[in-house]
Amino acid sequence: MAEARPARRRRTAGSTSATQRSVYPSWFYLPAGVLYLVFFAVPTFASFWFSLTRWTLFDTEFIGLDNFIQFFAEPQLSQGFVNTLIYGFVTSAAKVVLGLALAVLLTSQLVGRGYLRSVVFFPVLVSTIGVGITFKALLDPFDGVVNTMLATLGIEGPGWFTDPNQALLTIAAVDVWKGLGIATLIYIAGIVAIPQEYYEAARVDGAGRWQQFRSITLPLVQPATATVIILSLIGGLRSFDLIWATTGGGPGFTSDVIGSVIYKQYQAGFYGLSTAGNVILFLVVTAIMVPVSLLLNRKEVDR
Amino acid sequence: MSRALPTSRKVLATAAALAVAGGALTGCAASGGDGTTEITFLTSNDAPNPETAEALAAAFEEEHPDITVTVEIRPGGTEGDNLVKTRLSTGEMADVFYYNSGSLLQALNPDSTLVDLNDQEWVGSLTEEFTPVVSTDNGLYGAPLGASFAGGIVYNKPLYEELGLTVPETWDEFMANNATIAAEADGVAPVIQTYGETWTSQLFVLGDFANVLAVDPEWADQYTAHQRSYAEEPALLGFQHQQEVAEAGYFNEDFPSAAFQDGARMVAEGEGAHYPMLSSVIQTILQNTPDAVDDIGFFALPAEDAANTRATIWQPNALYVPRSTEGAELEAAKELVAFANSEAGCAIQNELLPPAGPYAGTCEALDTAPALLGDIQAYFDAGDTANALEFSSPVKGPNLEKVTVEVGSGIKTAEEAAEFYDQDVENQARQLGLEGW
Repeated sequence: MAEARPARRRRTAGSTSATQRSVYPSWFYLPAGVLYLVFFAVPTFASFWFSLTRWTLFDTEFIGLDNFIQFFAEPQLSQGFVNTLIYGFVTSAAKVVLGLALAVLLTSQLVGRGYLRSVVFFPVLVSTIGVGITFKALLDPFDGVVNTMLATLGIEGPGWFTDPNQALLTIAAVDVWKGLGIATLIYIAGIVAIPQEYYEAARVDGAGRWQQFRSITLPLVQPATATVIILSLIGGLRSFDLIWATTGGGPGFTSDVIGSVIYKQYQAGFYGLSTAGNVILFLVVTAIMVPVSLLLNRKEVDR
Repeated sequence: MSRALPTSRKVLATAAALAVAGGALTGCAASGGDGTTEITFLTSNDAPNPETAEALAAAFEEEHPDITVTVEIRPGGTEGDNLVKTRLSTGEMADVFYYNSGSLLQALNPDSTLVDLNDQEWVGSLTEEFTPVVSTDNGLYGAPLGASFAGGIVYNKPLYEELGLTVPETWDEFMANNATIAAEADGVAPVIQTYGETWTSQLFVLGDFANVLAVDPEWADQYTAHQRSYAEEPALLGFQHQQEVAEAGYFNEDFPSAAFQDGARMVAEGEGAHYPMLSSVIQTILQNTPDAVDDIGFFALPAEDAANTRATIWQPNALYVPRSTEGAELEAAKELVAFANSEAGCAIQNELLPPAGPYAGTCEALDTAPALLGDIQAYFDAGDTANALEFSSPVKGPNLEKVTVEVGSGIKTAEEAAEFYDQDVENQARQLGLEGW
């Protein structure tokens, strides 16, 4: 839900005719409305109910808030929680910085610009599980390509996915590699939308490249920055697939995030507990994203 | 099917999962229009299960030309557990399926999902150890496929001869052997661990269970009643032993990423001396490095005191028929289950699932059975065996394999790990609605 917010906001702001009578009858909303209700709204609200029960696919037993109490008592949860925050903020920050840098580069006069843009975007198109399995093979500490190459240079490569202190950051790096294309794309769109006159005026006033970037590009791509932060932070906080494909939360529990803790409970057949976990994840993401999104959007209006 | 690379295993697992998903969509088999009956047979993707299922299906079809059997393959491990539960609950299960006995079977709620097979002819041949692990108070649900197996130390015999070592009977002797191997055998890992597949990390704890029972015969029942825990001796020793070996630096260098197949190869080729593993690893060795089969021996995980050293035994997995199968398919499914335990079925079992422990039903081991079977039989002859905990208590937490990885990797101490695991099993006990949790 929150993911669509920035986009929708801009769309309504852009089209002032939103309040005018539409030429289409309102029942055109019906098919989409029914799909939304059946596949989104009903399961979402059903999950709130199921989180209060201990259930199998056929029986439910109402147990009040026991699942929530149990979920917070899970010893792996505290680490999973911290890891989720680290992962969410590290990947989001890296995507903002690197995405902006790449976008600036790829909007400048560059040989093979179109080709480079595609190359940056390609990882986004690959399945996350595929990326996970590929990197697991490439970064194998003993016969992976990367460490073998490092070894020929006389460097002993780290246990990327197997060193408890390293695993989470390695996954975050792979996530950034995979997701950077989207951030770059959004930034390119933002930069291209900045009128060239501002740069011309700045050049006439004798502004250097860095000053142009600081005083024109950076403030004027603020809407793009807000979108990138919101999308990547939500994605990071809920992330699961890449972690599952690479380490499964391991070694031990050192790269577990809330998503993988929940999945393991679901796998073990603790359906009520894992539903409660999902409700908590929903609340945590909302609690972080609502203030972040309000803050970013307020700034946008101020300008 | 030989899979040398971990990545190819993943690819296959994914393909298998897709195949199963496809099977689930098409639902159960139906009778063909020409009077033939079509049934499905679901097995897991671990070698040599698919090969065995195909061989059984082919031989069965030859004997029953009016029945066709389609083999379906599912992923193993917790992923597979989940799939089996889901397909059973939704009435989409294959007509015959292969699954664990003991606590995992109990978690399927067999009284309401499976067909009682108590009236079948082969029931009379089942061993008294096996019967309870496929039964509830209301019925008997499974027929064994494959022999039982033991959990303990699988070791390389030529290496033992070369270094003049003898099979250890106490933990101290075992550690002394490890010290000798580390000092004298260049480049040989005393103990093999393969945390690339986390389930392999549990053997120090699970394989020690017969030793726990030797000290405290009431342990399993008391554990189910929440009166015993892993944080206390004697059960804590399993965790402590793993920590001791890890701290001594006896593991193979690539233990964090090595896979089960790597471990099997290492012990077969003498790159490692001891592999704490299930004796059924011999089936993998037979597939991948057949020349080394007779170099492999087995001994139980040694207890502190030689008098308490016992072998922990896993009862065979079994074939089950779901309630959703009815009519002609039900008859055909029962025929197939019986066929697996007939003379022809046993021949296939002996060929493709060579026994790494005594059979639980009609089948008998051949003289050509792997040499390690003799080592295991010796524990049976001496009466020094006990069933693994999962056959005597329904309580098993989902995170044991993660926490034993942590002990082996030095992330948690044995005491922290045991305490963590005691908390972990509480969820399971509550989901099962046990008393006292």
